[in-house]
Amino acid sequence: MQHIRNFSIIAHIDHGKSTLADRLIQHAGLIEARQFRDQFLDNMDLERERGITIKSQTVVLSYKSKSGEVYQLNLIDTPGHADFSYEVSRAMASCEGVLLLVDASQGVQAQTIANLYAAMEHNLTIIPVINKIDLPSADIEMVKEQIEHDLGLDPDNAILCSAKEGTGIEDIFEAIVSQIPAPSGDAGKPFTALIFDAHYDPYRGAIASCRVFDGTVKPGDTLLFMSTGAAHKVEEVGLFRFSREPQKELSAGSVGYVIAGIKTVADIRIGDTMTLESNPASSPLSGFKDVKPVVFSSIYPISSDDYPSLVDSLEKYKLNDAALVYQKDSSAALGQGFRCGFLGLLHLEIVQERLEREFDQSIIMTAPSVQYKFTLLDGTTLTVENPQYYPDPTNIKSSAEPFIKATIIIPERYMGTVMKLCLERRGSNPRVAYPTPARVEMTFDMPLAEVVFDFYDRLKSVTQGYGSFDYELIEYREGDLVKLDILVNSERVDALSLIVHRDRARDWGVQVCDRLKEEIPRHNFKIAIQGAIGGKIISRSTITPFRKDVTAKCYGGDISRKRKLLEKQKKGKARMKMVGQVMIPQGAFVAVLKSRDDD
Amino acid sequence: MSNEQRPGLYLHVPFCRSKCFYCDFYSVASSAAIPAWLHAVRREVLLYREKSHDFDSLYLGGGTPSILEERDLAGLIECILEHFTFCADTEMTMEANPESLTEHKLRSIKNLGVNRISLGIQSLDDRELKYLGRIHSSKDALNSLAMVRSCGFANIGVDLIYGFEIQTLQGWKKTLDRILEFRPEHISCYQMSFERGTPLWKMRQAGRARSVGERLESAFFIWTSRYLERKGYLHYEISNFAAGPEFMSRHNRKYWTHVPYLGLGPSAHSRLGGRACPGGKRWWNVKSIRKYCQLLEEGKAPVEGSEVLTEEQFELERLALGFRTSEGVDIHALRSGPGTDKAVAQMLESGLVKVKGGRLRPTRRGFLVADSLPLMFCG
Repeated sequence: MQHIRNFSIIAHIDHGKSTLADRLIQHAGLIEARQFRDQFLDNMDLERERGITIKSQTVVLSYKSKSGEVYQLNLIDTPGHADFSYEVSRAMASCEGVLLLVDASQGVQAQTIANLYAAMEHNLTIIPVINKIDLPSADIEMVKEQIEHDLGLDPDNAILCSAKEGTGIEDIFEAIVSQIPAPSGDAGKPFTALIFDAHYDPYRGAIASCRVFDGTVKPGDTLLFMSTGAAHKVEEVGLFRFSREPQKELSAGSVGYVIAGIKTVADIRIGDTMTLESNPASSPLSGFKDVKPVVFSSIYPISSDDYPSLVDSLEKYKLNDAALVYQKDSSAALGQGFRCGFLGLLHLEIVQERLEREFDQSIIMTAPSVQYKFTLLDGTTLTVENPQYYPDPTNIKSSAEPFIKATIIIPERYMGTVMKLCLERRGSNPRVAYPTPARVEMTFDMPLAEVVFDFYDRLKSVTQGYGSFDYELIEYREGDLVKLDILVNSERVDALSLIVHRDRARDWGVQVCDRLKEEIPRHNFKIAIQGAIGGKIISRSTITPFRKDVTAKCYGGDISRKRKLLEKQKKGKARMKMVGQVMIPQGAFVAVLKSRDDD
Repeated sequence: MSNEQRPGLYLHVPFCRSKCFYCDFYSVASSAAIPAWLHAVRREVLLYREKSHDFDSLYLGGGTPSILEERDLAGLIECILEHFTFCADTEMTMEANPESLTEHKLRSIKNLGVNRISLGIQSLDDRELKYLGRIHSSKDALNSLAMVRSCGFANIGVDLIYGFEIQTLQGWKKTLDRILEFRPEHISCYQMSFERGTPLWKMRQAGRARSVGERLESAFFIWTSRYLERKGYLHYEISNFAAGPEFMSRHNRKYWTHVPYLGLGPSAHSRLGGRACPGGKRWWNVKSIRKYCQLLEEGKAPVEGSEVLTEEQFELERLALGFRTSEGVDIHALRSGPGTDKAVAQMLESGLVKVKGGRLRPTRRGFLVADSLPLMFCG
């Protein structure tokens, strides 16, 4: 155990976390050069495309230190986006230390600070690493100054590194073995292990990634899951190298996997403690937070025939994504589906894309919503995260919505535009701090609802990518919340309804009508789109019909060709949702809430 | 066999003096292969002879059938008449172009029974003719038209093209007015379209030609329909007008009503109905004179592909073809259900169809969007 180190890399998005992980893996000789694909850990296509880590991956590195001793280093990769703070917390609870990565030209950003606080909460050893020192724009002195004053860490400890060029890697390895403590734990105590991740293997069933704190587990043992009380016989235990590597046992301090013939998804709870039936621990491990979804949206299959397949896909998907919660839902416009809770908008988009790509589902997602609270005249309170259940307005005594403290770090020159953006989104109580001479930290109290739609994209856009954003929920505040309905050719589309603040209702109404006008293709008849509160129309747009699509000639050889074209169009139509005679493309249901850059 | 169900016989003559810029029918601008082709056609005729039907239309299309020498034309028609059975009142059409039509040819085919000439005039404006890649002048066209009439043809069709970038509505009216002086029994007015692979398509890709746009195309179409109907013509199909019900192209209507037809010659399409396959079977010949001749030389049918329609496909075609004609679609033949009712209500409300005699008949505006009407009944 003295030769084991469990660590993680934490960083603001794009500060080079995955590149550093690649370099560490390569340096430890785990992968032959020919096997090596850049960003080994980000092995989902989606992650590669977006350059972000969604799922934590774990890998064991062997390292022979300068003193000649061989260490087993368990690198637990963490997601790098604010939406995935829960996954980060699970990874951190399994570690004794972290590498805190800071980009040498961008310096400390909002997520750097958030990650630091999370690491401190878990009492981890923190090793600052300044990455990308090869960049011409690198300003090492500035970053050191920030590390000292913004993060309160000793800048002399910071390791200079260029993961891209491979410089500083040896120093990082040495720091890991010398500074991060070996795991503590007692192989003689009852077995306890924390499940920090799980994934599904079609041949082996559910596979749990875990950190063993005490005791030992080996094939043949009977596992007990402490939160559910379920028992499973262990088939295999092992370590994550390039692929799974079976071991005789896993004992205190190590990080590995357990396969125990767990077939059903529901049997693994991320965050649960595993112990052994024969000699159970007296209490479960602590340190894991509950998943609290903040953004809600409904998922429907495009064709109602695909509902059973969606049920199955969501169950399988859920195994790899503990943060997703869902329950049955139904809509007049879209049929049977699920109401889902997500950690944030990025999480929502990732779930959507993965369901489509990996599970081959054709789905529609509705506009995201937050969770509102209503107090009715009779004194009852209601929690509503689905606009369909907005109560009868004549019965509402008061309504409240969640507020966040938004923290934005930007170069000083963007202060004006960011202030304007936040005030437009009902931000209040602006505070300004100058953590370093050239940068401003602005904080606002803001309704979460104004942030979930496209705030981060807008912020990135108005600050040309320099703005960094983090938030925490603070409280519910009262507000005049109304339901905005959208009518397409006079038919109300329940899946497009929104709960909005009355002051912003017209803005949203206009935006949704305008965006739908862009999203819905022209038909051969006129389409009227209206936004309404109660019976009152507050916004409208019109899609003019196309006038001509007919082909001039249709003789012997043209007929089959025409029919084939029609069959193709018919298939395309099946991928749309019909509201009356109007075809609405699936993307429209979420796109309506995204403002355009030129707005 | 009812008159409506009698099959038609088509022969594709894949030769032209030169290729027009807009045309995507299969033809070559060389007469070198004519003798071999003539020979092959005779073989194809013999191939289907045993399955001969009681045809009531013969259509020589192309290409440019009038490009053939008088004796070749006569020989072909005689061969067809010898091996297939035709009714007494068969409509026999030959397509012709001004540059190759002669009085001799006309008299000779008339004697063999050809009773309808479809003349490719396209425009009576020399600048427009040049734009279209036609090799005759407006004067040639008018002379040909007069000649056909003077040879005693009582059923003349004229093909015209309109709605392209160098044409004005006044220019189009002028062409129509001069044509109307001859009172042709049938006028086809084709809106300019850019077909893949044609010289015009390539010109558009290169930015040297463009369409006039949806709004102007619609305006041209509606004006043309109104004008010709006012002049006593029936607008019975998207692009076709007849001086009376008896002058609607009997042959072409078979395509739109799923009546069987046998197509001979390269690229020709055939369709058989019957109890064996309710959706109908369709096949098409190879689109190459060389392959066509070669296959027939080997005693094989020159067929490139075939399809048997499912009920669903047949239904889709029936709607698609129905909405292209003034007859429209039998309202009782539509699948009943709330979806259909809603679609019909929407079409009526937006003025795309009218209900008359138990049929949904497209209006002029409906004709213009006829390609999207069948889809309103899907899904």
